[in-house]
Amino acid sequence: METPPGSHHDGPYQDDPRYDDPWYDALASGWGESAGAGALEEGQPPRQRQPVGEEPPRAAADVYLEVQRSEAFQEVRSRYRRFVVPAGAAFFVWYIAYVVTATTAPALMARPVAGAVNVGMLAGIGQFLTTFLLTWAYARHARLRRDRAALELRWDTQELTRGARGGAS
Amino acid sequence: MTGDHQTLALLLFSSFVAVTLGITTWVGRHRQGSVEEFYAGGRLFSPMENGFAISGDYMSAASFLGISGLIALYGYDGMLYSVGFLVAWLVVLFLVAELVRNCGRFTLADVVAARMRERPVRIAAGTSSVTVSVLYLVAQMVGAGSLVALLLGGTTDAARTWTVIGVGALMVIYVSLGGMRATTWIQIVKAVLLLGGTVALTALVLVRFHGDVDRLLRTAAGRSGHGDAFLAPGLAYGGDWTSRFDFISLGIALVLGTAGLPHILSRFYTVPTARAARRSVVWAIGLIGGFYLMTIVLGFGAAALVGPDAVRASNAAGNTAVPLLALDLGGGADSTGGTVLFAVVAAVAFATILAVVAGITLASSASVAHDLYASLRRRDAEPRSEVAVARLAAVGIGAVAIGLGLLARDLNVAFLVGLAFAVAASANLPVLLYSLFWRRFTTRGAVWAVWGGLVPSVVLVLLSPVVSGSPQSLFPGLDFQYFPLQNPGLVSIPLGFLAGWLGTRTSPEAPDEAKHAETEVRSLTGAGAV
Repeated sequence: METPPGSHHDGPYQDDPRYDDPWYDALASGWGESAGAGALEEGQPPRQRQPVGEEPPRAAADVYLEVQRSEAFQEVRSRYRRFVVPAGAAFFVWYIAYVVTATTAPALMARPVAGAVNVGMLAGIGQFLTTFLLTWAYARHARLRRDRAALELRWDTQELTRGARGGAS
Repeated sequence: MTGDHQTLALLLFSSFVAVTLGITTWVGRHRQGSVEEFYAGGRLFSPMENGFAISGDYMSAASFLGISGLIALYGYDGMLYSVGFLVAWLVVLFLVAELVRNCGRFTLADVVAARMRERPVRIAAGTSSVTVSVLYLVAQMVGAGSLVALLLGGTTDAARTWTVIGVGALMVIYVSLGGMRATTWIQIVKAVLLLGGTVALTALVLVRFHGDVDRLLRTAAGRSGHGDAFLAPGLAYGGDWTSRFDFISLGIALVLGTAGLPHILSRFYTVPTARAARRSVVWAIGLIGGFYLMTIVLGFGAAALVGPDAVRASNAAGNTAVPLLALDLGGGADSTGGTVLFAVVAAVAFATILAVVAGITLASSASVAHDLYASLRRRDAEPRSEVAVARLAAVGIGAVAIGLGLLARDLNVAFLVGLAFAVAASANLPVLLYSLFWRRFTTRGAVWAVWGGLVPSVVLVLLSPVVSGSPQSLFPGLDFQYFPLQNPGLVSIPLGFLAGWLGTRTSPEAPDEAKHAETEVRSLTGAGAV
């Protein structure tokens, strides 16, 4: 099975939605909503390669390098990073700002808002709320935008490494 | 305290111990003794089960007793712990949980060693994992000790000593006989008990104030003797710049430390896929977030109903605020309700300590057997079963934790946990993040990152006012305090990252592109994951 990653599905993904794998848990309802949006464009081989069979067997290490360079993987990675980097930076800055303000400007934090509730209380509760919100957003993003593509890559990669090991021995 | 409290609390606690021992033996019957089974419980837990178990592992006695106590004594400043402990989970969710599940097998060192020369990396990461775990264990032991001191009237040192020893012995039994599977079920049972107890107490506090949070806060502020200052930052960490930097240092350590805690990382290996790991973290964030919101209510409730003076009189560090609050909520010291509620809270706190302690012991015995022993034993030596070594390690770690727990018994448990977090964030987090995300990272960088975070953080704690030079120190009579902050995070975490960067830059070897590709592909796709 010397197919490059991301290229062995000729038809649309819907034709073959299930993998024969015990770990593959039934997907949450959200999967349907993403039809198209989350799916990677099919049929994009990572790079032009010789037809199967004319090539010397590769080592497993080369498989990972090849997958890493493939467009499908780069897309998964950039989707992951495009969410994690800004969201991570945002909550970290917000949290550090909270801690630094609490200790350098206690007067600001003590300013009453409503009754006994002051700015500091609201900021503290706000930290809880943003954490819940970001958790939900991350889980949703991963489920809709990354899971399916990552799973495809996983099987492709495992197929390739198996092929490489078999060929080398 | 009256005899009724003691009897009932001991009864409830004994039944918890009986149940957990039952779980351990029941699980032990089906044990095959494989490494997979011992460290990862067979990897077949569901996200919800693991989410509860993660919460059980994380919501320690330090949170339940320590944070509420700090809020009861210092008001707003105690809230920082609640916020930091929760926000930290975003680091875990975003950067660590799924990737670690995909790349590793049992320990933190697995992830790093996959890319690097195995031996030096395992020795370094194994040592730092054990150090963090032992610090964290000590905090739990101290919590157990002060609970018993409260239960038995606080005068008998012998009872306290025997409790710490008893807790240590139980945790060794759980871990060495039941492995990860028993530990996980104990965590789940404990998480349910703890959440149930916390919900009940929170509801009672709110009912007492007729749902009027404003009045709760005002009463707490009035009773504290500080007025509105009680509701604003500054009571514990205000004043001079040293304590302000201490506050910032603690804040950074809390948010970055969780992702480096070995016993939290090892929980991700108990589920089948990265997707399941992510979903368990989402569960955990929901449970933990709810719990910490409730500890805030309990803390202010204790300040309002019990009063900081009474809390301080019972335990100077505030560790007994919640049991005292329960006594009051039930109707006072001489009522049946008070007795029952107090006993329930004490038993839940014990259960919490036992469960957390079991989780940490398991993780550290994995580090000893899987990382240190496997790297350090002589090549020609008869290879002993790794599980047998892990069981022995659990006994050794138990002994060390008992000894240190007896020594450190007068420190606030939440504060001790803050130290463990600082060491985890300095020694474990940099190497983990560099391995997962930095293409040029090398073996030397990895080794330097661990030692460059571990050594400064431990040395700074030794030179800090925690150990010597002030009346509250471990050794009040000595004075070798050269570092002003109680929490080393502000200095040692950047040092860990810096050391990793320097080590990589000065490294003579070229970074291994293929290994990096393998780590990156595996971490994001799960290819080849066990």
